[in-house]
Amino acid sequence: MTSTRWRKLESSLFVAFCGFAVIMALMPLAFILFFVVSKGILALNLAFFTHMPTPVGEPGGGMANAIVGTLIVSGLAALMAVPIGVMSGVYMAEYAGSRFASTVRFAADTLNGVPSIVIGVFAYGVVVVPLGQFSALAGGFALGVMMIPIIARTTEELLLLVPGSMREGALALGATRARAVFTVVIPAALPGIITGVVLALARIAGETAPLLFTAFNNRYFTTSLRQPISTLTVQVFTYATGPYEDWHRQAWAGALVLVSIVFLCSVAARLATRRIERMHVQG
Amino acid sequence: MTERSRDLQFRLGTGAFALALVLIVCGILFILIDQSMASIQKFGLDFWRTSIWDPVAGQFGALPFIWGTLYSSILALAIATPIAIGIAVFISELCPGRLRQPLVFMTELLAAIPSIVYGLWGIFVMVPWVRFLETSLPDAIRRLPLFSGPPLGLGMLAAALILAIMVIPFTSSVSREVLKSVPVAQREAAYALGATRYEAIRAALYYARTGIVGAVMLGFGRALGETMAVTMVIGNNPKVALSLFAPQYTMAAVIANEFTEAANRLYVAALIEIGLVLFIITLIVNSLSRLLIWSMAGRMMVVEEPATPPPLESAA
Repeated sequence: MTSTRWRKLESSLFVAFCGFAVIMALMPLAFILFFVVSKGILALNLAFFTHMPTPVGEPGGGMANAIVGTLIVSGLAALMAVPIGVMSGVYMAEYAGSRFASTVRFAADTLNGVPSIVIGVFAYGVVVVPLGQFSALAGGFALGVMMIPIIARTTEELLLLVPGSMREGALALGATRARAVFTVVIPAALPGIITGVVLALARIAGETAPLLFTAFNNRYFTTSLRQPISTLTVQVFTYATGPYEDWHRQAWAGALVLVSIVFLCSVAARLATRRIERMHVQG
Repeated sequence: MTERSRDLQFRLGTGAFALALVLIVCGILFILIDQSMASIQKFGLDFWRTSIWDPVAGQFGALPFIWGTLYSSILALAIATPIAIGIAVFISELCPGRLRQPLVFMTELLAAIPSIVYGLWGIFVMVPWVRFLETSLPDAIRRLPLFSGPPLGLGMLAAALILAIMVIPFTSSVSREVLKSVPVAQREAAYALGATRYEAIRAALYYARTGIVGAVMLGFGRALGETMAVTMVIGNNPKVALSLFAPQYTMAAVIANEFTEAANRLYVAALIEIGLVLFIITLIVNSLSRLLIWSMAGRMMVVEEPATPPPLESAA
């Protein structure tokens, strides 16, 4: 039989290992944030937001076209994903027991796990090939496909959190199911659904792989949906893998902007979730 | 209009959107097969057995990519799994309550950082560190096949490290959920029998093993499909090699790098076939992982208070 002393030592070693594991994971986070902030701040100025890229080799300039491009492509994605995602979520929550609801749930989870690069290939086949060229539409479609399952599952979960008594109250007053859902259940879950959409937007705005051969890239400013369009992430990729010192500087600035977006959205979502939880406790 | 038909309308209306979601998933499979037909017909199984990738000569052998994808993901898992489980145990079992929320938030942040930012940091910060590590290894070790070749920094080791960092938050958050669902009575029983902390937690981990394997598989699925960060640090060289220092290539990376350069139909079809196989592999891994996590959660439901919402009356 093992001695008590050894068992205690073993236990302490295990606790120490777990603490060590936390440090091992937080160290890269600290390093990444440190480098992104310190290198990004040096390159970030007003021109970054308002100026166009300069010709190759010439220093200065900014990413105004890429910032607008990211907004356009993400906006298109939301336009496509919010209706499909929310409605699928409503279906899964309302008809939770049905076989089709399980199929939809399985499809959503599957879609969520599809590598982003494969989504890009899919969007290439569906949008780029028929239109004959890279376009903002294709990029928006690719990101929209990635967004749908996130929104659908969040909506489903939040609708199921709404107390059954509220739904039953509406139905007892003679409301149809549609009316009960749209005027009672969805409004009750709305803050959470909006939080979910914001988080999904933050996630897809940081995607690069699905845009490489859908939205492609563009050195010029465009708002046309049928033209190739520049985005922050693809621009950071181009600059990071390019040979110029000034490009690298701008890539760090772009990374800082991306990380700031993600960070702000996460904090906002966390605060909102806390408020929603408090509301539920009181209600 | 009767109420019943309105309810049916509602069901069909929302169902149509849900159907769109299902069709998209089927559409992915269909488009990938359709667009890669040229390559599937021309090369057959040789595509996956040969390792010469020479688009100019029209030779497409995808073995190096499948090797690179599996090798980098397995290495990443080997690094990430103990750390991720350690974090899960620390957060759910050991740490003081006040630390819990900040730690959860920080691991979530690690998952939220865009892949391209990992890649940027990887090229300019981590790769030089890896190169330093590689050059400072003693010669005796450098002669082993696992560490042979010039120390470039860019290569399999860098890719595995960055993948490990990216996978940790996924595996640890699912492991944490799984551990949370182990009944408290189980741990109390262990302590009552005089178990040390380690022994009690080991018993909890053993109880949760199915779910934890599911969590690890989920991380594996993420690692297989990860594109940008790996593309930027793996060195992009289509050679099957055992060495951790060798620049190699992955399936996702070759699609990202060569898709816009692919000059003819066969080349594009070959790249899409790689995408098709990547899709199928991740589909299998993810489904298996979900199955394991679900079966675990299902078992918990019986033990604990069922948390299902009140059943909805069916429309029909």
